[in-house]
Amino acid sequence: MGNNISLLLVVIPLIAAPIVAVLPRGRLPWAVALLVTSLCALLAGMQLWAVLHGGVISYELGGWAPPWGIEYRIDAVNAFVALIVAAIAAITLPYALLSVEQEIPEEKIPLFYSALLLCLTGLLGITQTGDIFNVFVFLEISSLSSYALISLGRKRQALTAAYQYLIMGTIGATFFLIGVGLIYSQTGTLNMQDLSTILPEVLHLKTVNTGFAFIMIGIALKLALFPLHLWLPNAYTYAPSVVTVFLAATATKVAVYVMLRILFTVFPYGFALATPVEELFMVAGIASIIIASVYAIYQEDVKKLLAYSSVAQIGYMVLGIGLASATGITAALIHLFNHALMKGALFMAVGAIIYRIGACRMDQIHGLGRAMPWTFAAIVIGGLSLIGVPGTAGFISKWYLVTAALEQGAWISVVVILFGSLLAVVYMGKLIEALYFRPITDSGKEVTEAPILLLVPTWLLVFANIYFGLDTELTVGVAEKAAAILGGGNP
Amino acid sequence: MKPNLILHVVAKFLIPLIIVFSLYVQFHGDFGPGGGFQAGVIFSAAFILYALVFGLDAAEKIIPSQWLHMLAALGLVLYAGVGVVTLLLGGNYLDYTVLGATQIAGQHLGILLVELGVGITVGAVMLIIFFAFAGRGRT
Repeated sequence: MGNNISLLLVVIPLIAAPIVAVLPRGRLPWAVALLVTSLCALLAGMQLWAVLHGGVISYELGGWAPPWGIEYRIDAVNAFVALIVAAIAAITLPYALLSVEQEIPEEKIPLFYSALLLCLTGLLGITQTGDIFNVFVFLEISSLSSYALISLGRKRQALTAAYQYLIMGTIGATFFLIGVGLIYSQTGTLNMQDLSTILPEVLHLKTVNTGFAFIMIGIALKLALFPLHLWLPNAYTYAPSVVTVFLAATATKVAVYVMLRILFTVFPYGFALATPVEELFMVAGIASIIIASVYAIYQEDVKKLLAYSSVAQIGYMVLGIGLASATGITAALIHLFNHALMKGALFMAVGAIIYRIGACRMDQIHGLGRAMPWTFAAIVIGGLSLIGVPGTAGFISKWYLVTAALEQGAWISVVVILFGSLLAVVYMGKLIEALYFRPITDSGKEVTEAPILLLVPTWLLVFANIYFGLDTELTVGVAEKAAAILGGGNP
Repeated sequence: MKPNLILHVVAKFLIPLIIVFSLYVQFHGDFGPGGGFQAGVIFSAAFILYALVFGLDAAEKIIPSQWLHMLAALGLVLYAGVGVVTLLLGGNYLDYTVLGATQIAGQHLGILLVELGVGITVGAVMLIIFFAFAGRGRT
């Protein structure tokens, strides 16, 4: 049974998705989805425990031995990412009930949950699989379902946003596939483990290098690395609240995982260092942090502000990868986890405001902090975590990032990380000013606190932000182990 | 729609042939070229032809869209369900060998069922897409 966990994580949501799609309207589809996501979170926790105590899990699909068959190969890295994805899904679902009932037409609700479960299947599949082509398949499953989810947003712009993401996402996936094809043509294998043994012999070939470049660009599109981030702000802004919470906390994280996996496991560790990729990542990461943060300051829509902030946060992760040291990768992985917590909490809190007033433009939320104190407090703590105030999860990420940058003597990166935090102070300050210090609007006077069902998941994530800012055993401990696997210990 | 005798007769003559051919592609898929995806597309082509010649309402009467949604889900459940059955029988996921008395029998049965699942889902989804586009602008 132990090995089957890795498989069940993918198969349970996969089977549940079509079943949910044909369930009658009402709350049954939600209940089934809630059950499935909770089960997945439980399994992901068990999987991480099993990996940490028993070593790598390998599962042969269809009984075909790797490298011929598809293999699910779980080590500390993917078990960690799978736990993030599954846990966020499980926390999002209780929040979804009311928010979805309000935002999605009733006849589409079963299909909505079906697409959400398919998206979860895809994201978990990417983390589980040890086969690089299988990564592409799951990438498409998660992407196609997220296009559908985004297009369900209540404004007409949701359709354009979803279409924009569709085009960009498809280009990204196609580039990834071209890269995989080129590498396959030179190595004859798709199994990541097998690739890592064969690739060192063929690294001098132009085809392999081209394939590497294609894969990197493809994933950079998927993880919305500056300047390939253009799809992200609109997609996050116009998607239904629940979808924004789920995607912001999981989708880009999984893309970061794929990038780490390919940079450091599939290709030999030193390869990326010998190419300009690392410098490019540094530059792109730095540009992301500064430019996206500045954009965030000028946004009038709260969701768009947070979306640009997400692009900036991805910059931190990529900067960590670009530093290419064990500490840098650790920092990237820690931030991956912590960012899921903070953006999850923030988007949930903003979703609660949208639930009450139906919009979230800066001029419409004036003074609402006093009408919705719990929601407001969640935004404040989430914002502090985003800025990186000690005692919150964000501080731990920033601490490790700065340490990693100092180790390398990368002074510019240190300055940029700290400057990025200052910019975060500005845009979160702007949001908090609008929410609390501006006089309340006439329509805002009738607004009451968000329902308890929205507040509990939000505060669960807020507490997680504080908890993981104080107790770092899970995050740092696992991230260091994962970084050791990826980096083989030392650079 | 103005009735057109030649179209009606030719369509009625062709539709059974298309369906038989799709079933051939479906069930011969494990010996020759073909398989669930192609069979599903050909199968739906028969209904699309019917809808083009006899009108959308007539086609929807034959195969209501609720059925199509059920079928689309059923195919995927069949595919994934085969995997679960192999799991319950003690094999790995989608390890068809455990399905039959011998390895060949098991593999054969497994691939047949899985391809059937693919065929059902693809055929149903093709029709859902067709009806969605063709039905645009009506209610």
